[in-house]
Amino acid sequence: MSKVVLENLTKVYSNGFKAVHGINLEIEDGEFLVVIGPSGCAKSTTLRMLAGLESISGGTITIGDRTVNNLPPKDRGIAMVFQNYALYPHMSVRENLGFGLKLAKVSKEDIEKQVNEAAELLELTPLLDRLPRQLSGGQAQRVAVGRAIVKRPQVFLFDEPLSNLDAKLRASMRVRISDLHNTLKKTNRSATSVYVTHDQTEAMTMGDRICVMKDGHIMQVDTPANLYKYPQNLFVAGFIGAPEMNMVEADLSRNDQDEYHLSLNEQGLTLPAEKAQKVASKFASDVVFGIRPEFIKLADDSSPQGEVVKGIVIRMENMGAEFYVHFSVDGEKKEMCARIPSDIVEAQLWNSKGKEQLFHFEMSNAHIFDKQTEENISL
Amino acid sequence: MTKLFIDKSTTGVVDNDRFLRVQMRKQKIGAVIRYFILLFCGLVMLYPLFWMFSASFKPNHEIFSSLSLWPNEFSLDGFINGWNTGTEYTFGRFFLNTFYYVVPKVILTVISSVIVAYGFARFDIPFKKFWFVTLVATILLPTSVLLIPQYLMFREMGMLDSYMPLYLPMAFATQGFFVFMLIQFLRGLPTDMEEAAMIDGCNSFQLLWYIVVPMLKPAIISVALFQFMWSVNDFLGPLIYISSVEKYPIALALKLSIDVTEGTQWNEILAMASIAIVPSIVVFLIAQNYFVEGITSGGVKG
Repeated sequence: MSKVVLENLTKVYSNGFKAVHGINLEIEDGEFLVVIGPSGCAKSTTLRMLAGLESISGGTITIGDRTVNNLPPKDRGIAMVFQNYALYPHMSVRENLGFGLKLAKVSKEDIEKQVNEAAELLELTPLLDRLPRQLSGGQAQRVAVGRAIVKRPQVFLFDEPLSNLDAKLRASMRVRISDLHNTLKKTNRSATSVYVTHDQTEAMTMGDRICVMKDGHIMQVDTPANLYKYPQNLFVAGFIGAPEMNMVEADLSRNDQDEYHLSLNEQGLTLPAEKAQKVASKFASDVVFGIRPEFIKLADDSSPQGEVVKGIVIRMENMGAEFYVHFSVDGEKKEMCARIPSDIVEAQLWNSKGKEQLFHFEMSNAHIFDKQTEENISL
Repeated sequence: MTKLFIDKSTTGVVDNDRFLRVQMRKQKIGAVIRYFILLFCGLVMLYPLFWMFSASFKPNHEIFSSLSLWPNEFSLDGFINGWNTGTEYTFGRFFLNTFYYVVPKVILTVISSVIVAYGFARFDIPFKKFWFVTLVATILLPTSVLLIPQYLMFREMGMLDSYMPLYLPMAFATQGFFVFMLIQFLRGLPTDMEEAAMIDGCNSFQLLWYIVVPMLKPAIISVALFQFMWSVNDFLGPLIYISSVEKYPIALALKLSIDVTEGTQWNEILAMASIAIVPSIVVFLIAQNYFVEGITSGGVKG
């Protein structure tokens, strides 16, 4: 059992700065949890508290069935992979991998066996006698991961492990770490992992669940798909997804027939029945209207009334299979973006820069956020 | 030099080539001037050393009568008589005496300074700022100020005329300069490795031994080297604490030949001085690479 539970975890620095505001989080046995957030959101601090490298100001941390608040890092049953690898520069790869076991007074034969096993798993065997400075970035990161595996910890902690690698290597390491996690899981070795990153591709592709943090608060914890489809608040909606979700301020009003209308300045949009039902209980008039770029299409005859908005095309970015069409809605300062397949753009939008165009907003996939509380009131 | 790629069709190849040639010539002339100045300064600084070395092969009367570095009358008398000294001991004895206190001094300095610097750089100790300021203040304090109280203290302990007063204080990291230097070096080292080692299961001392000391190696070598050279050259310390001739180190032994003989035998003194600097030079050459790394990378991110 290596379930990790954070209860009311708080961190206050000696200068009075409150970095972590009493967060609660449960990480299931064998789960791969990604913690994501902008820099300064205390995601690394949280991880370091979990590792025991940073003291805890309040709350409890439980790993397995033990409360580890006051245990030193070595007794917590964790292994950590650092952003800049943190390999011991004066030791060979073999010694780096076996160092933890040597300190734990494991016999030489067992160290040798486990080091070789990990090296095989990570294809490090030919590199075992090299020094860290003779390794490339990707190799060094594999050694860092290997060092964690050799220890057979209850919980793996990753602190932005891929951010020092170039894009291509990052993609392959991403797959590797995911595969490794699955391999360990299959061989019945404990593989609960907490992975801190600021890269949302990593978060979306690797995580069983994602925890989004902001300024020391947890904004939402959910599976990647749910986080994308059902963001609970403005922050999560804006943070997850590229290109970003379009978000504009709007007024929400209700008429006698219980229909909900959004007005973007002069133009109006009508909420479909199922959305209207949800909004009803948390009604607010000052709202932020959000819609992802893939749910904006070019309007045609079949587009229902109340979902069509007139805009002026500002610029089009060719992404190959699709175009990012940026347009402005009359009276709005903020540009909006639509993802439109290349063939449609070529057929209908060619040379339309600066011209008016009707767009179809798929309102069933739109989100309405209360401007005050920033909460999603359309879920 | 950066290569310039200029479109041949617009500027013409000839101009480009000429430009490059002129640049090359300017650089060559610059280099010649630079090296000439460096060579000149180097020779000026080395001249006294050459003079000392050449004078030790001259007979006594020639030393002050000619400017030439090459002896007119080549003689080894300086070395032979100098080595035998005017006392019952040979110069070899004084050499050994020197190492009897220099070696423990260097070892104790390194051990104590590293431990204290590690504490300052990596642990939260109460009133750390105050202690650090105190440490820096001791660097600024002239050593001669402490001589009399220290002498009295060692007299009470019955350690006069032994090497203990020379090296015992080093066991307590009393040379603030070295501690300061190591602290600065440690501050420049990233702490990730130490954190990784903590997770791997190191306690504070294992951390120091397995991780910090290997990373500190260049700085430690600098400390050892400085301490070695300063101690070998130290005159005041032995002069005050050592009174019997059989315990004299080199520095005092050289002085010995100045006042026991009536007309000072300069060639003997210079010959022995030439021998006396050999250990320092050898040690420096061996440790040179580390030494330079140690004093230049302190404070810079490693």
